[in-house]
Formats: sequence, structure tokens, C-alpha cells
Amino acid sequence: MLKFALLALALLSSAAIAQEAVPASQTIVVPPVGKGVPTVMIPPLATPTVKDTSAGSTATIGLQVAQVIAADLRSTGNALVIGPDNVRSYAYPEVTGPLFSSWRTLGAKMLVTGFVQARQDGRLTVGCYLYDVGTARELARKGFVVDADEWRRGAHRCSDAIYTGLTDKPGMFDSRIAYVAESGPAWERIKRIAIMDADGSNHQFVTGATATAIGPQVSPDGDHIAYTAFVNRSPQVRIVDTSNGAEQPLISNAAMTFSPAFAPDGQRILFSMAVNGNTDIYALAVGGGTPQRLTVTPGADTNPSFSPDGKQIVFESDRSGSPQLYVMNADGSGQRRISFGGNRYGAPAWSPSGDWIAFSRADAGGSGIGIMTAAGTDEKLLTQNGLDDGPSWAPSGQMLIFHRPDPATGRNALYTVPIAGGDPRRVLTPQDGSDPSWSAVQQ
Amino acid sequence: MRGLIAGFALALAGPLAAQVPVAPSPYVAPSTDFIEIPALQVDLVLKAGSDRVYFSGNDFGLTVSARATLAAQARWLLVNPEVRALIEGHSDQRDTREHALAIGERRATTVRDYLVSLGVPPVRLNVTSWGKERPIQPAPGDYGIDRNARVVTTIIR
Repeated sequence: MLKFALLALALLSSAAIAQEAVPASQTIVVPPVGKGVPTVMIPPLATPTVKDTSAGSTATIGLQVAQVIAADLRSTGNALVIGPDNVRSYAYPEVTGPLFSSWRTLGAKMLVTGFVQARQDGRLTVGCYLYDVGTARELARKGFVVDADEWRRGAHRCSDAIYTGLTDKPGMFDSRIAYVAESGPAWERIKRIAIMDADGSNHQFVTGATATAIGPQVSPDGDHIAYTAFVNRSPQVRIVDTSNGAEQPLISNAAMTFSPAFAPDGQRILFSMAVNGNTDIYALAVGGGTPQRLTVTPGADTNPSFSPDGKQIVFESDRSGSPQLYVMNADGSGQRRISFGGNRYGAPAWSPSGDWIAFSRADAGGSGIGIMTAAGTDEKLLTQNGLDDGPSWAPSGQMLIFHRPDPATGRNALYTVPIAGGDPRRVLTPQDGSDPSWSAVQQ
Repeated sequence: MRGLIAGFALALAGPLAAQVPVAPSPYVAPSTDFIEIPALQVDLVLKAGSDRVYFSGNDFGLTVSARATLAAQARWLLVNPEVRALIEGHSDQRDTREHALAIGERRATTVRDYLVSLGVPPVRLNVTSWGKERPIQPAPGDYGIDRNARVVTTIIR
């Protein structure tokens, strides 16, 4: 993998090789760059006037924004990124009028330019542009105002615009990932809900270390997380406000509730409730009210996930004798099985585009992550023979995040895998990680 | 597990039936309703043979040996009418996390119903599920021989 990347780079300038050389101590390898992906050059963003802000000078922020964009695009494997180090800088007028012949000579197929400008109110105007160097055409542009201290978020928004310009897919970088941070011995694991930006920055714990918390689901607006905590030795769905940590149970009786899922509009929440040996899926308005029971068949109905239009729900049920995937309408009607064969299927997640359902599949060799259509066709396994579980979609719909236990120790780590296929890539977290939930792109 | 070990130490040091309050584990939300009684837990294990029964795969049926163990537990509960029991279901590491919670509850309900059928008043039995959150065999074993798939009868006040 690394060998291929270096071979490809040997064709480029020596400056580019110096930039891409991976230190021997670095264990995270840049994903393989497939044939035909464009060479994208990302010089430092320009600034019309160098000015100091609360987050440093606009020139420094321009370099940092370019660094974040480069790291974001490298993480996808959809681009061979050069820069921002060892790439010539440019003056402000070239932001919207690049000297294409010059960039062409340097080997760029695509060029990212942009600027960082300090405003009177202390905030920043950030603009970024994607050009096809060969045809001298602008492919994407994005401009916005952010607080100086939120320049990183601005960079992610640029990355999203550029990623969409390159791939025609929705962005994914200005988003957050909630997950369970694990520590302590296996039989008494400390499990806390944590949330971080999609690139791992701005990591914070949302729940304390006193209760076991599992299965977080980020609300569509990104402001709340539904999760399951063990309260008085019993599972209970709780909702926590990520901005201030205020939390409350979804329903305030002693019933065993778990497996929450938000509707795409954020107004309803699905959950499983276990009563007398039977677990069914219920829907409840976020504001409260009476839960509506959606499944009645004996058996364990869990892991509901809404289609992006909110009209259908995919879920896991063992009503046939083994765990399988089922689809029903949002009111519980029209329940039908979509997975068949001798394998066990679970943890379904409907894709943002509506085209795919991700799942975990367990067979004799172990379990892996796969995708199939909502009709149960075109099944494809992305990982195999491990113990992978808990897939969640990146907002781009092109990548899944999941957890993988170490086969010897059972300790979990987060990985991403492109749905187009390829090697899973480790997502670094401060502690062991499980149950990832990738939010939508923030508005 | 920890409570059980502490209970053994107490059993050696004093009368078996001494009711000793247990400090809540620092990692579990302090319980206001369910307080374990380690000395009586040890007594249950000694007299009934075990405080737990095992299951396999997605199954929630009781084996012959599980029924024998539960019959002994029921006798113990009937001669110790002052305590309640929390019937705690656990599941396989190979189940999805949410399915594991449902299966744990189903198994615990099966155990509770069997104990009730042997004369234990239902009001003395509370059912809960830990899913796969409290494994005794942390690394996932071969499916079907996983010792994590169990229901534990925990004696509480």
C-alpha cells in the first residue's frame, strides 16, 4: 500500500516526495490512492492583508486551513494531495485568477485556492475555490464567516465543498462522531459517551464515569445524543444536550428501554422496550407523549434505523429464529424480511442517500460489515472474518465507521472503510472506542 | 464477581447470614433500590450449587441441569423469605449490543417464570438485562460455547 503511494509519488517533483514521506515511527498509513484519482494541489490560503486575530495572524490561519483541507482530503483516498508545505504560495489576486500554466507545470490536475480575511468585528471571512487546472474551470466555491477561534470548522466546510466538487457526493468533514470511550477491566468496563469532530479534533466526554453508557445516536441537528445508560442496574434510554451535558430519561418509568434512533427530522425517536421476555420497537415524539408500538411479533426487535425520507424503518429481529433484517413503514405496517440465508444479520443502518443498508453479518468465520439494498439485493461484504460490528454512515454516504474488537483481548477500536472497497483505516481515539455514530454535516 | 469474593472473606470471618451492606462499585450508578447481600449470595451458591444458569446461542430454553439448579434456588428463596432476588440476564459477546440486551431480558424472564412456577412469589423477583456489558469471558469465544450467556440470581434487599 505504502509502496504504491511512494511509486506514484516518484513521478512527481522532489518537493512533493519530501512532503509525502512517512516518518518511520508513524503507524497510520495514508490510504492507498487508486488509479485515476486526481492530483490536487493545496497551497496555503492567501490573505489580502496580514492581520492579527484571537487565533493568530491571518497568514498563519491561511496555512493552517490549507493543512486541515489537505488532511481531510487525504483521509478519503479520493485525491493525491500535494501541499500545503513545499508548494509555492500565491498573492490574493490569484485566488480567483490562478496562473494555470504555472500550476500545470508543477503537476497539479486540480488546484485549491482561497483566502482568510479579518473582519472589523473580529471574525474571519474564509473563501475557497476548486479549479480544474487542465481546463482552467472553476468546479466549486464556498465562502462564509466564522469566529476566528472556529477557523478549523471553516476549513472543514471548505473541505466539504471541495470534496463535493471532486466526487459529486455530499460532504462529510464538517460533522461529528459520537462513540463510547472504553477503559478499565473487561468485567467492569468504564463506558462513557464522547464526541469529536470527524477528524478527531475537539474531543470531549459527554457523560461521566459512574454509569455504563452505550449506543449513542447523534440527533440530526447535532445538538443532542440519545444513548442507553444502566440506571439502577437496568438499561434506560437517555437524551443528553451536548452543549451543557444536561440529560434526562426518554421515558420516566422503570421499563427496560434501549436502542434509540432519531427520525431524520429530529421530531421522533424510536427505541426498543423489553417487557416479559418480548422486545418491541416503539416510536415517541421527542417532546413526550404516549409511545406508539410499531412491532408486536414475539421475539427481539431492536436496532431500528429510519430511511432518510422518514417513511421506512429497517430493524433487526430474531422472530424467524435467528437475527435477520426487516423493513417496515414508519407506522409499523408492511413488515418484511430482507436478509436470508444461514448467516446472522444485525445492526442495520440506512444510508443518507437511501440506496443502501449497512449491517453486520456473522457467519462461521466471524463477523464483518456489509451493505445491501432495502430490497435485500446486491449484498456486498466490506470486511470479513473479524468481529466487526456497529456500522454508521459518514454523511457523504461513501464511507462507514464501525468498531472492531481485538480478537485476543476483546478491546474495541474504531475503523472506517469506503463502501467502494479497500482496507479499513483506524480512527484514533484517546481510549478504546465502540458504538460510533456519525452525525449529519452541521448546518 | 467482586462482591462474591468479598462475600467469601466475610463468610470466613463471621456468621454466614450476616447482612453486610456493600459499597456500590465505583463504576455503576449507586443503586437506591437494589442492595446486594454478599453473605447470602455465598449461602445461595453453597446450598443451591450455583447462583447462575447457562444458555447457548440464540437459545433461551432451560437445560435439564439449569432446571435442577433453579429448583434448588427456588427452595433457597422459599426458606429465606425476607430477601428478594434480581434476575440478571447476560448475553453472548457475538450478539449485536442491542440484541444482547433483548436476549438477556428474555432469558432472565424465562428464569423468573420458572422460579415462579416453583412457588416463589413474583413480587420478590425483579428482572433485568446487562446484555453483553458484564462479560466473565471477555474475549469473544466460539459462538455457542460462550460462558457469558447466563442468568445470575442476585440476592438483594
